Amino acid sequence: MDYLPLSEKEIKEMLEVIGVKTLEDLFKSIPEKIKLKEKLNLPGPLSEPELINYFQNLASKNKSSKFLSFLGAGAYPHFIPCIVDYLSQRGEFLTPYTPYQPELSQGTLQITFEFQTLICQLTGMDVSNASLYDGSTAMVEAALMAWRIRNKPKILISRAIHPEYREVARTYFKNLDIELIEINYNQKGETDIEELKEKIDNEVAGIIIQSPNFFGIIEKIEKISQIAHSSGIIMITTVIEPLSLAILKSPGECGADIVAGEGQSFGLPLSFGGPYLGILACKSEFVRQMPGRIVGETQDVEGKKGYVLTLSTREQHIRREKATSNICTNQAWCAIRATIYLTVMGKKGLRELAWQNLQKANYAKKELNKLEGLSIKFSGYFFNEFVVEFKKDPEEVNEKLREDGIIGGLCLRKYYPELENCMLMCITEIHQKNHIDKLVKSLERILKN
Amino acid sequence: MIKKEPLIFEISSEDKRAFQLPPLDVPEEKNIIDKSLLREEIKDFPQLSESEITRHFTRLSQMNYCVDIGFYPLGSCTMKYNPKINEKVSSFTDFINSHPYFPEEVVQGNLEILKTAEEFLCEITGMDAFTLFPAAGAHGELTGMMIIRAYHESKKEPRKKVLIPDSAHGTNPASAHFSGYEIEEIPSNERGTVDVKKLKERLNEDVAALMVTNPNTLGVFEDEIFEISEILHSKGALLYMDGANLNALLGISRPREMGVDVIHLNLHKTFSTPHGGGGPGGGPVGVREKLIDFLPFPIIQRKNGKYFLDYDRPKSIGRIRAFYGNFLVVIKALAYILSIGAEGLKKVSQIAVLNSNYIRKSLEKFYYLPYKSPTLHECVFSDKWQNEFGIKTLDIAKRLMDYGFHPPTIYFPLIVSGALMIEPTESESKRELDLFIEAMKKIAREAKENPELLKSAPHKTPVRRLDEVRAARNLILKWSKKEK
Amino acid sequence: MYPKDFYYTKDHEWIQVKGDTGTVGVTDFAQSHLGDIVYVELPKIGTKVKFHQTLGVIESVKAVADIYSPISGEIIEVNEELSNTPELINQDPHGKGWIAKIKIADETELQNLMTASEYEKFIEGQK
Repeated sequence: MDYLPLSEKEIKEMLEVIGVKTLEDLFKSIPEKIKLKEKLNLPGPLSEPELINYFQNLASKNKSSKFLSFLGAGAYPHFIPCIVDYLSQRGEFLTPYTPYQPELSQGTLQITFEFQTLICQLTGMDVSNASLYDGSTAMVEAALMAWRIRNKPKILISRAIHPEYREVARTYFKNLDIELIEINYNQKGETDIEELKEKIDNEVAGIIIQSPNFFGIIEKIEKISQIAHSSGIIMITTVIEPLSLAILKSPGECGADIVAGEGQSFGLPLSFGGPYLGILACKSEFVRQMPGRIVGETQDVEGKKGYVLTLSTREQHIRREKATSNICTNQAWCAIRATIYLTVMGKKGLRELAWQNLQKANYAKKELNKLEGLSIKFSGYFFNEFVVEFKKDPEEVNEKLREDGIIGGLCLRKYYPELENCMLMCITEIHQKNHIDKLVKSLERILKN
Repeated sequence: MIKKEPLIFEISSEDKRAFQLPPLDVPEEKNIIDKSLLREEIKDFPQLSESEITRHFTRLSQMNYCVDIGFYPLGSCTMKYNPKINEKVSSFTDFINSHPYFPEEVVQGNLEILKTAEEFLCEITGMDAFTLFPAAGAHGELTGMMIIRAYHESKKEPRKKVLIPDSAHGTNPASAHFSGYEIEEIPSNERGTVDVKKLKERLNEDVAALMVTNPNTLGVFEDEIFEISEILHSKGALLYMDGANLNALLGISRPREMGVDVIHLNLHKTFSTPHGGGGPGGGPVGVREKLIDFLPFPIIQRKNGKYFLDYDRPKSIGRIRAFYGNFLVVIKALAYILSIGAEGLKKVSQIAVLNSNYIRKSLEKFYYLPYKSPTLHECVFSDKWQNEFGIKTLDIAKRLMDYGFHPPTIYFPLIVSGALMIEPTESESKRELDLFIEAMKKIAREAKENPELLKSAPHKTPVRRLDEVRAARNLILKWSKKEK
Repeated sequence: MYPKDFYYTKDHEWIQVKGDTGTVGVTDFAQSHLGDIVYVELPKIGTKVKFHQTLGVIESVKAVADIYSPISGEIIEVNEELSNTPELINQDPHGKGWIAKIKIADETELQNLMTASEYEKFIEGQK
């Protein structure tokens, strides 16, 4: 199958207009020495039915839909209303370019403006950008903002933040003069505030925590913000399960300066890790340091309201090596889906959804806590994830659970050696009571042997 | 055409609902969480009914121009047709519902997709390995530059500088900067290509790499690229290629044979995945064998017919993002390559180059061509002749909208004053190209006879010449309730 | 066009010296190339600057430019008006659009700068 709309006759006509004989003549500027002499060794071309077969065959090699899963850890299973697919898959949303010509892109621009507003409402921040690649790179961009604003070389980062996010930060900062200092967690599963206070000095530009954190625990954002501000340090809160923002106090209310986040919970399927949706929002005084695209409201020559990309001079295509970031493409289509999703859920729906997550996770925790050979590791308040500790090897437990058609939580030993018998479990609205009961029954059986 | 659509917050009113949740099926506990941790209901969060939502977003969609509507000759963006079958196969349940932490045995299909896509991209470019994790071109550039840095550091020669042609895209110097390098600009010669003499002068053991786009942003093939690679390698420096313009080279020439060490590709350009209004994209990075150790982890390996994620990569630069990249975008690119095959890829480049040269030849008497070198898949005009009548590139671009076309890229590359960069891609029919050429000729005539028409354009769009100065001076970046 | 009692830099800043204080701004050439100015990042009072060190940033819709100090010294005053009305730089770049006042550390540095007629010749060459 090819997508070329030219006939042989038309090709000949065009070659004549150009003044050459063959298509090869158009490539004379490429030295013969580096031209390919043979065809590329690739399968295909496949017709549409063959292509569908090919991918159905690959899909069937995934056994994932046979299992009931309790995985979270930065990617959350939520129900997506069908209207999100229906509207977002319109060609007018899927196939335009970046809205650099605003007269032809008011659709994308207005939806982005709505997205920015929703993110501000959820996070309690003054301004939001139009999205970044994902939560991990958004967190890095937030740290870079703090570094630029305060012009100091240290960033304090909680060990209770998603391990992959911290790895990304380490990779980025290795080549810049920024020192990342980790703060451990306490027995409640929260960032250790005493250790945090000790590690503060006048070289620290920013503090980063995640809430709810990797263990599902809600952090003391307000307390940490106060500590940060009393030393002139920028407070960054990372939110990887943003559904929690529908019911928990927003980072803005708790004193955060910058919020970085992952928007996958808002209408994006798990997708084996991507495409996802990076969120970045901040207080208005920091807006000029915020990387990425931003949409602003303005008027046209007739006084009509309209939307444009603004503050572009901070971006790479103008500022080049002095840019706030190298980012060009963002995740516009994912932001459109998130906007539709949030509008569909609405004020009451989103809160009710968060409440259901809270209730179901709580029910699961209570039922699991009744089992012998299992304990709830951390005593802090959690949203829809919590850590359980087994007397057995959790990898073995997971293997046995798979025999029952269940994929258990994430074993934590490879990220936190001191938590070698622990597992992170996630319960959302997609888990019905009988699913949770099935998990409990299976574990009861497995732990007895 | 829809002209004005309120914001969701303006359509919202109390108690409208669009979604019903099933009732809570577990016993409810009122005081699970301390009240001090809870927030009030979010003030002014939207409440709309489903029909209002459908109408709102459908109406907004009608204010967008897109590839599915018409010609989009944006230079260096490769706005080719986005095949719909790619949407279908990338939305199979077993792909979209797979959690990134599912055990490897349970996602062999996904891992096979990643490995297969990597192998195809290796064949197309001649590189020895690819990482598919970067989310976009700029992300790929950063990854590539970090790999280059790790390579030099492993040789205990950290090196300080990266050389970049003055015609380069802004992401190039930005990416080099974020990898901890200083940037030095290399001028282009009168042909529009890298000045090899100046390169030799600037090259020393402090230079880590040269970043080159090939064909460059003028659409001109860097014909001395192999010599350039040898010069660089003789001083231990590496050659990085920005692969944004790969659409001109598929099946015709490969970066490997050009001497390229690291390359990034843009799946949302060359490989037909939809732009989505600004992402998601995909920016895979390919490397030669000597750099494989430095690729971000994990890498996907195949052993005895089984796929696994290899984290044992001690020299790796680390992680450049969580999880495994924009997986669904990779599926679309893979589907594209399979559907057109090796011969199809070559035809894509041949027709892309044919279409661009057809436009160039048809318009060269109407618009000034600053560089006379042969061009491949895109060409760059300037507004020089129209300046005579007080008309600038911006005016030409805005007037094109009245003819139903999206303007080409404007004011880039920076080395051409008033640049108009046109890349038609292979997706356009002769009929469409002729309509575009006609429109451009008409506009050239209008510039002479009726310049006011251009200066006040566009006339037919929902909004006209939005005040960007006002937007930047008076920042309104979100909706807020008006005081009564 | 270019005040005769000003000194000029290659980066299109000007300085007007009165006693041991220099008033600094950007030239008409600079503002016409930048286009409509939307934002100015002013230095903090008390900051010590060296010759050619960045003392601030000017932002227009299409470009951002660093403002380099034409002299070494200490910032003693900044033009707060520019926070609300950055367009003063476009309207009156050599007068109301002044950016900062510096207490000069080393007057001999003025010898590195151009006179008005030298600057006018310089920008002729730039066109």
